[in-house]
Amino acid sequence: MYRILHDTKYDFIRWWRTAAGLTIAFIVVGLVALVMRGGLLYSVDFTGGTVMQLTFTQQPDVQRLRTALVAGGLHGAEIQEFGSKTEYIIRMQGDTSTAGTEVASQNVRKVVSDLVGQDGFRVDRAEVVGARVGSELRRGALLAVLISFAITLMYLAWRFEWRFGLSAVLATAHDIIATIAFMAMLRLEVSLTVIAALLTVIGYSLNDTIIIFDRVRENLRKNRKETLYDTLNRSVNETLPRSILTHATTLAATAALLIFGGEVIRPFAWIMSFGIFTGTFSSIYVASPILMYVERRFPRDPDSKGARAATVSPAQAKAR
Amino acid sequence: MSNLKYRIGLILGLMALSLVALTPRNTIERVKRADGSIGFDTVKRVPLKRGLDLQGGMHMTLELDETDRAIADKTDAIDRSLKVVRTRIDEFGVSEPVVQKVGNDRIIVELPGIDDPERATQVVQKSAFLKFQITDKTNALERVASRLDGIVREKKLGTRTVTAAGDTANAPGLKALFSDTGKKADSAATATDGPFSRLIQPTGVPGIYAVMTTDMAELDGYLKNPDIQAALPPGKEIRWGADTIVTAGRAVRSLYVLDARPIITGDYLTDAKPTQVPIEGTVVEFQLNNEGGRRFRVETGKHVKDYMAIVLDDRVMSAPVIQSAIGTRGQITMGGGSLQAASDLALVLRAGALPAPLRVAEVRNIGASLGADSIRAGITAGLIAITLVIAIMVGYYRFSGVLAIAGLVLYVLYTMAALSLFGAVLTLPGIAGFVLSIGIAVDANVLIFERIREEIVHGKTVRTAIEEGFRHALPAIVDTSVSTALTAVVLYQFGTGPVRGFAVTLLAGIAASLFTAIFVIRTFYLIWLNRNRTAEALSI
Repeated sequence: MYRILHDTKYDFIRWWRTAAGLTIAFIVVGLVALVMRGGLLYSVDFTGGTVMQLTFTQQPDVQRLRTALVAGGLHGAEIQEFGSKTEYIIRMQGDTSTAGTEVASQNVRKVVSDLVGQDGFRVDRAEVVGARVGSELRRGALLAVLISFAITLMYLAWRFEWRFGLSAVLATAHDIIATIAFMAMLRLEVSLTVIAALLTVIGYSLNDTIIIFDRVRENLRKNRKETLYDTLNRSVNETLPRSILTHATTLAATAALLIFGGEVIRPFAWIMSFGIFTGTFSSIYVASPILMYVERRFPRDPDSKGARAATVSPAQAKAR
Repeated sequence: MSNLKYRIGLILGLMALSLVALTPRNTIERVKRADGSIGFDTVKRVPLKRGLDLQGGMHMTLELDETDRAIADKTDAIDRSLKVVRTRIDEFGVSEPVVQKVGNDRIIVELPGIDDPERATQVVQKSAFLKFQITDKTNALERVASRLDGIVREKKLGTRTVTAAGDTANAPGLKALFSDTGKKADSAATATDGPFSRLIQPTGVPGIYAVMTTDMAELDGYLKNPDIQAALPPGKEIRWGADTIVTAGRAVRSLYVLDARPIITGDYLTDAKPTQVPIEGTVVEFQLNNEGGRRFRVETGKHVKDYMAIVLDDRVMSAPVIQSAIGTRGQITMGGGSLQAASDLALVLRAGALPAPLRVAEVRNIGASLGADSIRAGITAGLIAITLVIAIMVGYYRFSGVLAIAGLVLYVLYTMAALSLFGAVLTLPGIAGFVLSIGIAVDANVLIFERIREEIVHGKTVRTAIEEGFRHALPAIVDTSVSTALTAVVLYQFGTGPVRGFAVTLLAGIAASLFTAIFVIRTFYLIWLNRNRTAEALSI
């Protein structure tokens, strides 16, 4: 039986301050990038507008295409290479009315076919979203995240108890913020698929936190003399082989999606890959310190199961 | 022992059911034939519905358009519109179209394999409200023309006062154009050079006027002005013609003044079909029901030698002169329209008018080749992910890893079967969710195996270690599965299209992963223990 990282006794929790510094620095950098670019980049799913994906038979002259579009009255069109030299995405985000955007997609067809001829290109994808639908989707997405939080909090409060639920949800909130920072750094667009990825990250991160908390719950019942600090450390160490193996396999899967999944699925794969990192990190370094803090602020009734009096580490106790 | 038999029975039973659910069967679908043409053929295929992003097609969201007038009973309007849209789509001839209501003011339409999105949009969106109205014989417009000119001057509505001199230069040309055909000399005289009336030229036919296409926007602006509207002749309607006519190098559009009361509407129509006839070109022939025919005969009888405008969606298609009373049959001339346009018009007329105008709120159109690329990329990624997972699991857990992989094969089978049975739609995010749920399934196995290892290290016998391992890993597996499933349910509830596809595959994946990890792998161990009753070591 070959085992990795078995029976380890690393003092993970000791580094929580450093970890907190790192993650705050990461989030600040991301948020600064976000503010400097004037907010998140929303896809037409949310802003309303037109997206067209075109495949040309020959590599087109982007400059001429741009000029032709402007000449055709299509201002503010963003042209972007997509995957290969002959595939392009044309985006027009619009406060234009639906009728206007719909006309825009027909105009693009006309302008492009005037430029390269009827057989010189093919429309792979054309999406037109009205502004009202867009703003509704945005609200729906936010609502989905908040409701999934509320439901998770209730479930964990029932299965564990509220302190665990709160810590797990706060750790997950951290993951969302960190992922948004990551998206700002990579200039990823917020689309419906990205929202799905974000929600998967939430699920995955919760998963990981629950696995560790499940161990904590078990260890609390088994060993009542240990401090919470030590119990947390022990639980992280005990679940370490599982963590490594599971994250390795999931990462393998998302890496496969990232490399071979194609252009459409790539933003999804990026966010999932990052989510695996941040989900793992937050279970150890966000959920655990918060649990310690909450336990200290709101100590349990000494008679209840899993009661804990001392929550400071032995080192800290000595220092006093 | 009998317990084990039941376990094996259940697993094999579900396996058989899954295989039946996934057996390729005959379906009729749009395919590209060997000669390159596209048509509907019967093909044998695994019964898994592919979403629009995978097979190509069109997704459209329609909402009630209230820009012109508010709609009192939205629910009723949307329900009746839904029926009309569904009839039109059914006649449009697409395999497996989706037409459904979302919320209380939206309709979504999904048309797999459509490659002419504009035509489809038109067919769905056309109000198809047909009216027959007699053109005005009382020179109503001429009589109010000077008042309208006064209003335009007074309210300074004229947008092009500076260039007015240049524009009036056009007018004589236009007058000259119609003076040949003008039968009434006095009608030409009524056209003054006022800012309103100079745009409109009589044609000699009562109630029909000509407007230069370059003047259309200006005139339309005047006609939408509330002051002008108040001053327009009462009991009359002003409508544009549907087509631009080019005469002597000048593009003109007809403007009609009509009696507001229609002599009949499209409600009485029973059938419509496109044909080509020698002189008029493409026409749509329609037939009215008995009551409609009776009314039509009476009304047209009263108006012999008058001009009857055929008005479709507030545009005048044509205005033929009534030679004699018309019964149940009639035709709409399409001008230069193609047979395709005529057949689309016949289709919407048959399906009936939309009770309320609809506006396209969202259109997504995905080409079939993009879908094929996505499937290929998804399958490649999936296969590579599975290979990596197999390598990691077998490399680390050896024999137990092999059991896990066998469980994983069943897991994939069960998930696919569940998707097929529930009629779920496989989308690109769905494939991603599937690849991801493989990770979740593996996680459950890893949790169990690590527990078993711990128990073995603690000196338990193989049999007890397996028992205890499963027992201890259970709470964590259940909690993680339930919380992920809850997220998936929320996603399903609030998501649309592709996101829903993702939620469904995730849910099916979680259910299948719980079953395989807890039940199937356990059974595998029990079989193994049964064969090696004295086993002292477990390859894990």
